[in-house]
Amino acid sequence: MNRSDAGSTGPAIVAHELTRRFGDFTAVDAISFTVQSGEVFGFLGANGAGKTTAIRMFTGLLAPTSGSASVAGFDVATESDRVRERIGYMSQRFSLYEDLTVRENIRLYGGIYGLDAATIRERSDVMLAELDFTPSVTSLVRSLPLGWKQKLAFSVALLHQPVVVFLDEPTGGVDPITRRQFWEMIYRAAARGTTVFVTTHYLDEAEYCDRLSIMVDGRLAALGTPAALKREYDVPSLDDVFVRLVRGPVADAG
Amino acid sequence: MTAPVVSVRGVSKRFGSTTALDAVSFEVAPGELFGIVGPDGAGKTTLFHVLTTLRVPDSGSASVLGFDVVRDLWSIRSRVGYMPGRFALYADLSVEENLGFFASVFGTTIADGLELIQPIYQQIEPFRDRKAGALSGGMKQKLALCCALVHRPELLLLDEPTTGVDAVSRREFWELLATLRESGLPIIAATPYMDEAARCDRIALMQDGRVLAIDEPAAVGTRFPRPLFAVRGKPRALLLERLRAYPHMASAYPFGETVHFSDRRADMRVEQLRQELLVTLGTDGVSDLLVERIEPGIEDVFMELMAAPTAVAA
Repeated sequence: MNRSDAGSTGPAIVAHELTRRFGDFTAVDAISFTVQSGEVFGFLGANGAGKTTAIRMFTGLLAPTSGSASVAGFDVATESDRVRERIGYMSQRFSLYEDLTVRENIRLYGGIYGLDAATIRERSDVMLAELDFTPSVTSLVRSLPLGWKQKLAFSVALLHQPVVVFLDEPTGGVDPITRRQFWEMIYRAAARGTTVFVTTHYLDEAEYCDRLSIMVDGRLAALGTPAALKREYDVPSLDDVFVRLVRGPVADAG
Repeated sequence: MTAPVVSVRGVSKRFGSTTALDAVSFEVAPGELFGIVGPDGAGKTTLFHVLTTLRVPDSGSASVLGFDVVRDLWSIRSRVGYMPGRFALYADLSVEENLGFFASVFGTTIADGLELIQPIYQQIEPFRDRKAGALSGGMKQKLALCCALVHRPELLLLDEPTTGVDAVSRREFWELLATLRESGLPIIAATPYMDEAARCDRIALMQDGRVLAIDEPAAVGTRFPRPLFAVRGKPRALLLERLRAYPHMASAYPFGETVHFSDRRADMRVEQLRQELLVTLGTDGVSDLLVERIEPGIEDVFMELMAAPTAVAA
């Protein structure tokens, strides 16, 4: 995929002392990290640790209180329009419109991202072929099995060929085979150069990430490859790493 | 053997063209922590609706605490505690008001139920004046559990109590269930998380309305019909692709940094497989190849049963 953007050559995401306060509550507390282009980056943390606030800043929906972040080479605070053109977003809660057909959803999202009709048609043909999409494109999204909905939502989020795609709990509730198919789609996207930024509550699933970070109380408590984190904490699974970080070593025994 | 707490015999339930439950049968023994493990759409919620008398089965029969789910619905409703999958408390009422409301619906008081809920309630008691809608995910879940327990039920039914909750809160929740189980309360809990299944006495694996298998968690692995191997190598995508294309491949699924692989040939030994793969995959450009024999887990078996349900089930 050729991208002549400023964003395609440097790192996909850079956070520098990124901070967000709500009143006297610091939701995100001076986090710093860099995500390379084409990386599958896991963004983990307990409920309320600040993940959603951070993602809202990376996607240009919320201004930082201090510090800075750039996505695809553009500043999230001052160039949020440019950021939004270059990112895709998908979550378990919000993805496609259930009352529209598959084709209508594709057209809608393609249009929102400024693709012309010919490009939308061409890309959606390729996309549906790659997905091995068997249901009809004229069926309502509501009628699709959950696994198809999620795979389709991911593909639609990639339709405008974003530099970074943000996935917020993309695989909640799907069966283990579909979950794996979903992760293979993630790998394919990453192999083409798309950076994948993903949150999940499945710690075994975090093992699929190239690197992952774990947020605790607004701060970045850990960052590394799955293997390195397990080594660092000398535990057999990421679940243990997570519990150790979030609960603290003392509470671990109880 | 003492009478089962729950007995489900060939229960089916259809909604239009969808078969939500397809001849489901199982029994739960007194004091048992029984897990129903499966993805969305497996039929878990419909099953809970049948057990809580909210839906009538199309065919088959079920009894709960000795009462028939169709004939004796009122006897069942007062005796079970049910925590639905969606947060079903009153967001505008405080913690204490919610609890008091649920107690009064069952004709009891918080004080009467306090002994049973105390270990859980003490964790949310500092927030008893806070509105339920303003609680964190983990605390909402604990309040919902208290509300399901306040009338001292004889059976606890939990529909995906830990979905959307972080790993630490999930672990704490299962620790609470273990405490309740020790008090003798039988519990049926549904979950899409395979790792939670290990905390149950027995589990039923469900998919598309059918029960694929029922067993003790540790015994589920023995249902995998072939030796299973964990294969590592770089690059990961190529490793998976080549293993899938391997002529003797029976199954190949990514598991984190490894691929779980099984071979069609009976009694494949790890040394032989390692030699073969080193040669074949090495030629294809896979490096750092490591092959080890592993014990199949619940997820391995689940996928095997999903892929070939009739061949391995029962």
